[in-house]
Amino acid sequence: MVESSRTASRSRAVIGESQHLLFSVAPGALWIFVFLVLPSLYLMAVAFMTNGPYGLPQMPLTLDSFEQLAGFGFLGWSPGNLYTLLRSLWQTLIATVLVVMVAYPIAYYITTCRVKWRAIMLLLVVVPSWTNQVIRTFGWMNLLAPGTPLSDLAQWLGVIPPNMGLYPSNFAVTLGLVYNFLPFMVLPLYAAFEKLDTAQVQAAQDLYASPMRTFWHAVFPQTLPGLLAGTVLVAIPAFGMYVIPELLGGGKGMMLGNLVANQFAGGSNWPLGAAGAILMLIATFIGLFAMRRIGKRLGGGEEVVI
Amino acid sequence: MSHPTTVAKTADQGETEKSRSNSTRQSSERERREPSSIELKGLHKRFGKDTVALDDVDLTIEAGEFFTLLGPSGCGKTTLLRMLAGLEEPDAGHVCIGGQDVTDIPPHKRSVNTVFQSYALFPHLSVRDNLAFGLRMRGESKTEQRRKVDEVAEFIQLGSLVDRPVDQLSGGQRQRIALARALICEPNVLLLDEPLSALDAGLRGQLQVELQRIQKRLGMTFVFVTHDQAEAMVMSDRIAVLDGGIIQQVGSPSEVYEHPRNAFVARFMGHDNLYAIHASGDDWVDTELGRLRLDPAEQREEQDGWLLIRPETLELNAENLNAENPENYNQLQGKVMERLYRGSHVEYRLEVEGVTMMATASNVGQRLLNVGDKVTVGVCPDDLVRVAS
Repeated sequence: MVESSRTASRSRAVIGESQHLLFSVAPGALWIFVFLVLPSLYLMAVAFMTNGPYGLPQMPLTLDSFEQLAGFGFLGWSPGNLYTLLRSLWQTLIATVLVVMVAYPIAYYITTCRVKWRAIMLLLVVVPSWTNQVIRTFGWMNLLAPGTPLSDLAQWLGVIPPNMGLYPSNFAVTLGLVYNFLPFMVLPLYAAFEKLDTAQVQAAQDLYASPMRTFWHAVFPQTLPGLLAGTVLVAIPAFGMYVIPELLGGGKGMMLGNLVANQFAGGSNWPLGAAGAILMLIATFIGLFAMRRIGKRLGGGEEVVI
Repeated sequence: MSHPTTVAKTADQGETEKSRSNSTRQSSERERREPSSIELKGLHKRFGKDTVALDDVDLTIEAGEFFTLLGPSGCGKTTLLRMLAGLEEPDAGHVCIGGQDVTDIPPHKRSVNTVFQSYALFPHLSVRDNLAFGLRMRGESKTEQRRKVDEVAEFIQLGSLVDRPVDQLSGGQRQRIALARALICEPNVLLLDEPLSALDAGLRGQLQVELQRIQKRLGMTFVFVTHDQAEAMVMSDRIAVLDGGIIQQVGSPSEVYEHPRNAFVARFMGHDNLYAIHASGDDWVDTELGRLRLDPAEQREEQDGWLLIRPETLELNAENLNAENPENYNQLQGKVMERLYRGSHVEYRLEVEGVTMMATASNVGQRLLNVGDKVTVGVCPDDLVRVAS
């Protein structure tokens, strides 16, 4: 008797809890459904439709847009889109590696500063991103254009031909990406460094590890979670980047994001654009999955949450 | 006797690794390992402009000794330990380990290992990899690493801990792993930086005994840092009491406790009954307590200073105060102000001649005194100790 009433009161409590949960989650879930799930489903549908006049999608459902994306057109196969994909991957890889190389010492340096200074240093890292990305990218255009000191220097060094600028070029795109995404790597790395116990570094030295080996065996493994988190934060948006290659790349520096945007914005081919967007989505998921695997293998006890 | 490891370590790294890869020599070396003595000469260390951590420290630690650096926080004891490890560089002076000047030798080339206060275990490595870290860095073979890890695990009785992740260990278990990680490298000197301070009292007492036993069994030189005078007395062969970067006294636990050289050492060793000496003669002193006789043999050169009366030397209400020559026996009249019952003994706070005096009485066959009781306090002249300021 007592038992059953207790069970009853417990199940009532559970219902109350789940109702509570429903109310708190519902607005967010609705938001995600309306503004993320529905558009994504629509995008997928569009990708399988036929390109109509003015680039708008129409029936019937075909695989035309994916064939076009793969490079098959009226004039046979062309490698243009494939190059764009490869360029996107390459730019992402290079930019991420460079960001790591720049961010790692910065993050370490900040942790060695006094507590009072750390907040200021971190602020300095973040402050540039308070300005609109387009405006910052225009700034780089001005810095790298022909006739600017940097371009003159590059000419004098023989890196670029006379009367040319560092912009537009793939180099300018890489530079823009590194500049833009630096804070996204510095912050997680800083968090990883800050958690590091200096006694552990000393313990490694005490246990016969040279400074180099101390870094590799005691410091680096412990910053891996931060490094992987930063890589995700940098690589994924960099892969889909539109503004920087559009402004700094010129016609030859196009990335996948530009390909997709052009199909929609130019009004030329919505199904093709949708197919490109799906390709990006798939590539991103593959990348995330790979990062997860790496994180699990190298991260030791700490799981990298992606 | 030569010190093969010390010599190898100070030689270049390549040679060290070569000599260590010879595993048969390595294992036989264990049996005839010689602990190292330590000699510190004129060590000086300053942090910033006006913080003096060490002020001209000279100290000799014998080979195979359990030596404790004792002092309050900021006295320089940890700085001194870190200098032995090579983690801190002296501004002036020399550090010699095993007869060799290692002042300019970096930590990873010293045959000295440290048990850190925070244990400093590597969270990204398993317990087994933590234990093998030093051996791996020295370039010992995998089989050798495995053999030694198993050996040390048995020695320290780690049992199944070896296969557990580091973040699942309790404080006491971490402490043992940290100790094992340092011992596995068979250093000539083991440094311990307050390794027991984070543990609760029971576990602490247990590990004090265990540490001391391990030290005696290995015959290794242990340098132990603590701020706990009871811990220092229990464990050490000798104690150095530090304050303000200066060594105040070096001696065996009983020397330091019974004959503290100055008032700081006396207070730090837990003595409360210190009375300023106003005047003194051959066999008497004048203090707030009045004139007291003392043993002429106990004479010191200093005329002023403090008189130390250890609470456990006082005799309360004794019937036959030194029957042979009672006139030499100091007798004071007091009153019980407070009673602290400790089980094995009882502590009384007395008021004698208007000043406070602590007395300890054994809890065997004696009637407990009550607060407010009048009491006769007997002080044998032999037990009075003069202490410098």
